[in-house]
Parts: sequence; structure tokens; C-alpha cells
Amino acid sequence: MNMNSMLAGTLLAGLAASFAAPALAADSVYIQLPTYRTGPYAGSGIAIANGMSDYLKMINARDGGVNGVKIEFDECETGYDTQKGVECYEQAKAKNTLVFNPWSTGITLQVIPKSSVDKIPVLSMAYGLSAAADGTTFPWVFNPPDTYWDALSGIIKYIGEQEGGMENLDGKTIGYIFLDAGYGREPIPLLEDLASEYGFEVKQYPVAGKEMQNQSSQWLSVRRDRPDYMIMWGWGAMNPTAIKEAVKNRFDMSKFIGVWWAGGDDDARAGGAGAKGYKAISFNNVGADYPALQDIKKLVIDADNSETPESQLGENLYNKGVANAVYMVEAIRTAQEETGKTVINAEDMRVGLENLELDEARLEEIGLKGMISPMKITCKNHSGHNPIFVQEWDGEKYTPASDWFEPMTEKVTPILMEASKEYATSNAPWPEREEPCPE
Amino acid sequence: MDVLYTIFIDPFVQMAEAPDFLLQVVWEGFVAGILYALIALGFVLIYKASGVFNFAQGIMVVFAGLSLVGLHEMGVPALLALIMAIGVMAILAICIEKFVMRPLVGQPDIILLMATIGMTYFLIGLGEFIFGGEPKQMITEELGLPTGSTAFEMDNGGLVILQHIDIAAAVIALIMVGGLAVFFNRTRIGRALRAVADDHTAALSVGISLNQIWAIVWFAAGIVALATGIMWGARSDVSFALEIVALKALPVLILGGFTSIPGAVIGGLIIGIGEKIGEIYWGGLVGGGIESWLAYMIALIFLLFRPQGLFGEKIIERI
Repeated sequence: MNMNSMLAGTLLAGLAASFAAPALAADSVYIQLPTYRTGPYAGSGIAIANGMSDYLKMINARDGGVNGVKIEFDECETGYDTQKGVECYEQAKAKNTLVFNPWSTGITLQVIPKSSVDKIPVLSMAYGLSAAADGTTFPWVFNPPDTYWDALSGIIKYIGEQEGGMENLDGKTIGYIFLDAGYGREPIPLLEDLASEYGFEVKQYPVAGKEMQNQSSQWLSVRRDRPDYMIMWGWGAMNPTAIKEAVKNRFDMSKFIGVWWAGGDDDARAGGAGAKGYKAISFNNVGADYPALQDIKKLVIDADNSETPESQLGENLYNKGVANAVYMVEAIRTAQEETGKTVINAEDMRVGLENLELDEARLEEIGLKGMISPMKITCKNHSGHNPIFVQEWDGEKYTPASDWFEPMTEKVTPILMEASKEYATSNAPWPEREEPCPE
Repeated sequence: MDVLYTIFIDPFVQMAEAPDFLLQVVWEGFVAGILYALIALGFVLIYKASGVFNFAQGIMVVFAGLSLVGLHEMGVPALLALIMAIGVMAILAICIEKFVMRPLVGQPDIILLMATIGMTYFLIGLGEFIFGGEPKQMITEELGLPTGSTAFEMDNGGLVILQHIDIAAAVIALIMVGGLAVFFNRTRIGRALRAVADDHTAALSVGISLNQIWAIVWFAAGIVALATGIMWGARSDVSFALEIVALKALPVLILGGFTSIPGAVIGGLIIGIGEKIGEIYWGGLVGGGIESWLAYMIALIFLLFRPQGLFGEKIIERI
């Protein structure tokens, strides 16, 4: 063997080693966190990345991990770009991640077919493909605590209550402004179904990704059409621009309701005093007084082991990031109990997710009672369709504008099951679930 | 018949029935056009001096805006932050001339274009490294720019709402255009710059410093970028998404010509007003969202009849 081929061999070996699974300590597990701290969507992505990362650091620092098993994690920057997200997925797979959190509906749609082959659970918390809540068709995909269709049905239900009953929606006009991407288009089929059922008219205002900060046409159309309510499915730079435009066009902010991802504090803050009254549906409360968040402050932020500015702790999107990490940590704990192992793998993680239950007692124990609602995932129901509520921007922070209430599960479930079947048919041969769910 | 009515009659009926709303649409288009024109001006300046299509103009808008807001966040008073942001753009211009333009003198245009694409990604990374990826709110009031709005009630009971910041944007843009026109036509540096644009080698032979001219013109483009960053940042936020909006200047340039300052302004206004009227009165016919491509369609149609743009120079090369 000459010198050149030895050198090439060494380089190849080094390259191969760099792609191989990391050498984890015997008492640790690995999770990749796909995040976006850069690009046009960073305004939403940073707070979420901080929330997830801080909670995992706190669990490692305070408890030494989950039952003594440390959670090793790193971030993979997707920039909210689907192609980069898929590359992150491949890296995560090579490093034996327990779970993959796409943090983008576009990326979720791309990795769903891969997950069942690679046997890696996909946790798309309150986003992604709504139909994936059907655990019998999508055994590897989880979207707790609610799907986009739950969010939309919750918003329509709330609007119905404001109008004095669902029957009063007849003849109303509801505007829907949305990011013209997989994310924004996801709830449209349900919106059209509900419109025909309750007799309201829907006006759609798509916003192209590259026009997120240039929405004057959409809001001029809103001004012309005079919808009774506006619903927003926005993300990143789209949200503050939409709220500013709504204020500028003197739209009644109390009738402007965003999905949970359009409920960032910075989004509403951008609208100044005029944004007061803006609303967003939510599955979590804001605030930093919860014991778990105080532990984050003490053990992570004050210990200078975080990228989170103290003012961000407890804000809406930050707490959503924390909720995502809570679901992962509690699923690891559940998987340990279900399998009897301490160091679990991705297949065990799926067992953990399918048996995940956070009741009031458990939420109190982990110091988050009141921040998120009790929730339960089952083998058949990978979302849970859990209670949600409406938040209102008071000029400085979000405050609850309603009690927790159930989304219109009875309306959503049949449409969701039909969509699930359609997905399996149009992606035939779609792999069947290997072990049936218990009746 | 219904289709013909919907396309050719109904939009004009709507305009006649709600003239206040039409006025509002035209005003919004005018303001958007002014902002497009400001971005296009940055492209025109660089193209005039070096024949380079500066792909980095969009990120220069973001970088200038972030410098201003970022410095203010660090505790620098607003007006001092503005002066320092101008300084940042001057340093950037000198660095671009010294490390990018000078080594590439005489290279084909495509190489210079590739260099500006490289600069774009470098500035994105540098901006995120220094200022972070979060959108930042423009310090509009701190800079003494007007906020709020004035509403005019029309005879038919409708309202036309003018944002004070939009009026300021229009005034500032007009001042900048006037200033640049004077600079190019009445000053020694301006004439030297035009000489460089016509022929680099001939300009060098009469003693014009190419390096100095390029640094000046990149600095002027930086000032235009800062003004655009302030105005657009005040309307939404200063975020990296603005870099993509800046590509709206492309159809403006096709329409107005790559070398004409008045062309950038007229082109900006045609695109701005045209796309707003198109979206509002005809967009609904195809489900909305036509604004993102309508500007390019207008420019493409124009290109077929007048490839050099409205005010561009018709160049005939002898073979």
C-alpha cells in the first residue's frame, strides 16, 4: 500500500467515523433538536429552540436526566427549509435519535413516509398533518396535544360563542389569512366543511413566503370585504406584519384570532397599543412562575448555560418549546416504565409516546400545573384532542380570554379519519401497523 | 358573457362605486412603489459605476437596518446610532472595494455577479452572528420620524387613511432621488463616476481613481440601503425576510432600466400601483395572491417591447 492510498484510507475512515452514531455514555440517550435560529422564521424559531433546550438542560442539571439517564442533545439548523430539515432527519437517524421534532409542517410531510421505515417516532407537537392523529394508520407520528383541525374548530367554536350560538354564524363572513405553504393550507378543508355546515362565508387571503413583510394588498382586500372575524395561520415575520397591517387598517382587534403559532409576544408587541385585544388560541399558559420554569431560571439561565434572555422566560412561544420538551421527557419516563429498560431506543420511545399520560397530579409533580392541560395519548389517538383556550393580548402580555374548552372533536374526528384513509390510499402501498391497537 | 363582465366591467364598476377605496389602493401602491424604487436605486448606482448587478443590495438593506437598531439596543442614542450606522456602511463599502472589487477588476460580469451572491451569504451570516436572527423593531419615534395616521372622510362616507411614516418615506425618497441626480450630474465625482461607467480603461487613462469611485458608489448604495431599511422596517420589522422582498426591485429595474435613476422611480411606481390594483380588483378571480408574480408579468411584457427599459440606454455593439 503506497502512501497516497494509506492517506486516502485514513481520510475515508475519519469521514465515516464522523457520520457514525456518537459514542454515548452508557447511561445516556440522544435527541436531535431541529431548530431555526436563522432566516425569515427565526423570530418564531428562536424562542421555541430556547424553551426546548433549557428544559432538557434543567432536567439533566436538577435530576441527572430521566431516572439517572442523561439526555444528550444537539441542534440542527433547518432555517425552516424543507430540504435542510430532511438532511437533519438523516443526520438524526445516523446518530440514533430517540425522536424527531420537525418543527415545520413541510418537513413533517416529507419525513412521515420515512419514519415508518426507519422506525423513528416523529413528534409534531400541535402542527403537521392533522390526519396523523390516527395512530392505526400512522403508528410512528404523534401530534399532541391538538391538531391544526382542533385549533380551527376551537376558533370557530369560540366565534360561535361570541355570536351567541353556532346558529348565529349563518350569514357571517370569516376571513382566513395564511402563509401560503403546507402549514397554512392544512386547515382549509375543515374550514370549508364548517363553513358549509354553519352557513358562514370564507374569504381567503394567502400570503406568499417571500411577501411576508409586504401584506398591504391582503389587508386592503380585508378592508374592502369587511369580514366579521379574521383568522390567521401565520409564522415568522408574517405575524408581526399582519398585526401591524390590521392595526393600520383599523380592523377590530378583538375579532382577530390567530392559531397558537401566531401567538408570539413579539408578534403582538409589534402592533403597539393598537394590538390590544388581539387573540390567539392556545394549549399552554404564559408566565414564568411555574416551579419548573423557576428551576430553569436558577439552574440554566442564571448559571449562564442558556441563550435565553431573561425577558423571554415565560413568554408564549418559549413556553411552547418547554411543553415540547416536557412531552419528550415524560415519554422517555413512560417508555422506561413500560419496557423495564433505563436506556431506551427509538422503538421504545414510540411505546412511551403511545402511553403518555399527564394528569393533574403528574403536572403538579413536574412543576407545570396550569401551564399545560392534562393530556393523554393512546395507541389509536396520537393527538388526544385535548382542551384549549383563547388568549388575549392586553398590550403587554397574553392573558386568558376564555376557560379551557374542548375542540369540536365530534366534527373533526370523522373528517380526520377519512383524510387518514385517503392518505394511505394515495400513498399505497402504505405500511400496515405491525401490532394492532388494543380495543 | 359573465366571465367577460367579471374581467372587463366589474372591476371598473367597483372602482367607480368606492372611489375612496380606489384612492387608498393607489396610495398604498404609491408607497410600495416608492419603497421598491429606493431598493432599485441601490442596484442602479452600482450598475452605473461598475456594470455589476449587485445581488447583495437586499441584504445591505437588512444589514444597514440591523446596524442601526442593534447599536441602539446596545445603548447608543438614536441619532448617534444613525451616524454610526452610516459609518458601518462606509466601512462596508471600503471593504467591498478593497477585498472584492479590486481583485476582480477586468473579470467578466458573471464573475462579479457571483461575487455579489457570495457577499450576500457572507453578510447574512455576519448579520446573524452580530445581531442574532430575531426580527427587531425599528426605532421610528426615537429617530424623530412621524408615527400615527390621518384619516380623510370622503363625500360617500368612506375613509382614506394616510400613515405619517408613509408620507415621510415618500418625501425622503424624493429628496434622495433629487440629491443623487444632482450628485451624478453636477459634481466632479459624479461626472467621474459616469466616466467610469462608460469605460473603465478610458477613465483610468485620464487619471480617475477607479478604487475611490467604487468605494464612493458602494457607500452611496449603502446610504440608500439604510434609508430603505428604516422605512421598510418601520412598516413591518427589520428581519432577514426583508432580503427577499428586495428582489421586488428586479421587475422595477427591467421596467425602468438598469442605468436610470428616474427610471427606478417611475418603474417602482408603475410596479407598486399596478400590482396593488391588479391584486385588489382582479386577484380574486384566480384565488388571490397574484401580487407575487404580477410584477414580473408586467416587466416581462414590457421587456418584449422595450428590452432596455423605459429610460435604459440602448447599447448596440458592433460585431
